[in-house]
Amino acid sequence: MEFLVGHYNYWIFVFLMMLGFYVVVARGNLVKKIVGLNIFQASVFLLYISIGKVLGGTAPIIVDGGGPATYSNPLPHVLILTAIVVGVATTALGLSLVVRINEAYGTIEEDEISGMDKEP
Amino acid sequence: MIAAHYAALQVVAPLIAAPLCVLLRRGALAWLVTVAVSWIALAIAIQLLVQVMATGPVSYELGGWAAPWGIEYRVDSVNAFVLLIVSGISAVAAPYAHHTVVREIPEDRHYLFYSAYLLCLTGLLGITITGDAFNVFVFLEISSLSSYALISLGGERKALTAAYQYLVMGTIGATFFLIGVGLIYAMTGTLNMADIAARLDPVEHTRTVLAAFAFIIVGLGLKLALFPLHLWLPNAYAYAPSAVTVLLAATATKVAVYTMLRFVFTLFGADFALDVTFFAEFLIALALVGVFAASITAVFQNNVKRMLAYSSVAQVGYMMLGVGFFSVTGLTGGIVHLFNHALMKGALFMALGAVFYRLGSVRIEHMRGLGRQMPLTMFAFVLGGLSLIGLPLTVGFISKWYLILAALERGWWPIAGLILLSSLLAVAYVWRVVEAAYFRDPPPDRPRATEAPLALLVPTWILTLANFYFGIDTSVTVGVAADAARALLGEGG
Repeated sequence: MEFLVGHYNYWIFVFLMMLGFYVVVARGNLVKKIVGLNIFQASVFLLYISIGKVLGGTAPIIVDGGGPATYSNPLPHVLILTAIVVGVATTALGLSLVVRINEAYGTIEEDEISGMDKEP
Repeated sequence: MIAAHYAALQVVAPLIAAPLCVLLRRGALAWLVTVAVSWIALAIAIQLLVQVMATGPVSYELGGWAAPWGIEYRVDSVNAFVLLIVSGISAVAAPYAHHTVVREIPEDRHYLFYSAYLLCLTGLLGITITGDAFNVFVFLEISSLSSYALISLGGERKALTAAYQYLVMGTIGATFFLIGVGLIYAMTGTLNMADIAARLDPVEHTRTVLAAFAFIIVGLGLKLALFPLHLWLPNAYAYAPSAVTVLLAATATKVAVYTMLRFVFTLFGADFALDVTFFAEFLIALALVGVFAASITAVFQNNVKRMLAYSSVAQVGYMMLGVGFFSVTGLTGGIVHLFNHALMKGALFMALGAVFYRLGSVRIEHMRGLGRQMPLTMFAFVLGGLSLIGLPLTVGFISKWYLILAALERGWWPIAGLILLSSLLAVAYVWRVVEAAYFRDPPPDRPRATEAPLALLVPTWILTLANFYFGIDTSVTVGVAADAARALLGEGG
């Protein structure tokens, strides 16, 4: 029980990761796939933040010259800022491709597109 | 003084040139910048390789922050060789790009094309040169995002769906890789590759590290198109603009293979990987199934670009086969094949780009009788094809020679037999093109094609002749590859 409750943030990470992955694989709508991809990527942010968290820890800032305080590891936060930027760029590029696909095919449903693309 | 900063300049030069292209807004100027920067990158890569071979690994601290905390660029014989491949191909592909871009891409997007091209180059060089695990992810995404954009510039609407498919699968691969790096960081508290390698030993047998290994292998497997994770590759290569196909086919999968080598051998270590139950056997099995499945699929393709794309999946199989042997000879074969495959696929896709330039198609039925109308282009294709098959005097022979040697060294002669047998499949698909081009009459409704312009022929022939030069004089390529293999397996060098 302790294992389940004590690691609840990791369980959420696993759940979100699988959920996002499932949406990417199972949905035929290109926009929904991007949404799934987003959830999938966001779950990893949670993993990194969980790794860096120290219980009761604060931000690594010295206040009033006080002694060494317990603080959370800031490095995963910085890494995840980078990953968020990458995620935003991927989403933007993915959605703009969907717009172009919609212009070219008149649909964003995967099965209809592959039907139109059948090699003669 | 500037020599001390070569490692940083290798990445920074194309990175600065990319926004410069956007500011210039003129296609021709952007092209000149791209060519100049590609040549500078090649010159730096050669300098670095010479330096590494003479005095050992070069380490560069970005921003002056010392290694385990700051980001370190670290060049040893393995990645110096890969840097040479990437920048060398770009140095030939950039001059080649001009004519094909004018033909294939709307004029108002030319400068954006070159900007994305340079970003892709930045990413590929960055993945290779960095000594920081998270930095690999960042550069991986820089190269991937720009290559999605480049692929989507292809003329047909299928290029859009190919780019989308690659975006989805590439992002899943990169995210898997990111999870793996996160788990390693959780166990070791460091991101510097050398530091990770030193700190991984005590925690090696935890399930977290094993999970990290699995995530990284699968993630990189997606990026390097390891069978059966290759589904994005054939369409992406087939529908991308010609110059993009040349660059990606010759470099992108190679860099991913390099990253896998780096993580398996330097970070986790060969002993760890061999301890993972059936990892080597699994890799060899996937590699062989991939070689055969992809080669057989290639035989039945009517779009020649798609045919060669499937052949690329098969060639990745050979590289992974070299990794799976876990021996110096096998790794030498695998690493030298990185270089050799870049030469042959570069030459073949350039010849195809020249065909597309004249015909507007690379379908096999449209290429009938082309042997007499575009003799130089098609002859380059034939020579590249011979190299792909692995005829003696070509680079393809050298790679297969070392792979077969490695198989025999282990006493696995059935694998040696399978390597030979798979070459016959390459004969089959290359022959289909040769037969159409030389032994069929041109279709009557096709206007007579003339020889491709010199600007396309010269780069094509440089790579074609390189196939023979490095097939005869192997002292440089095999020398460096053997050195790299020994370094990876930790046997000195």
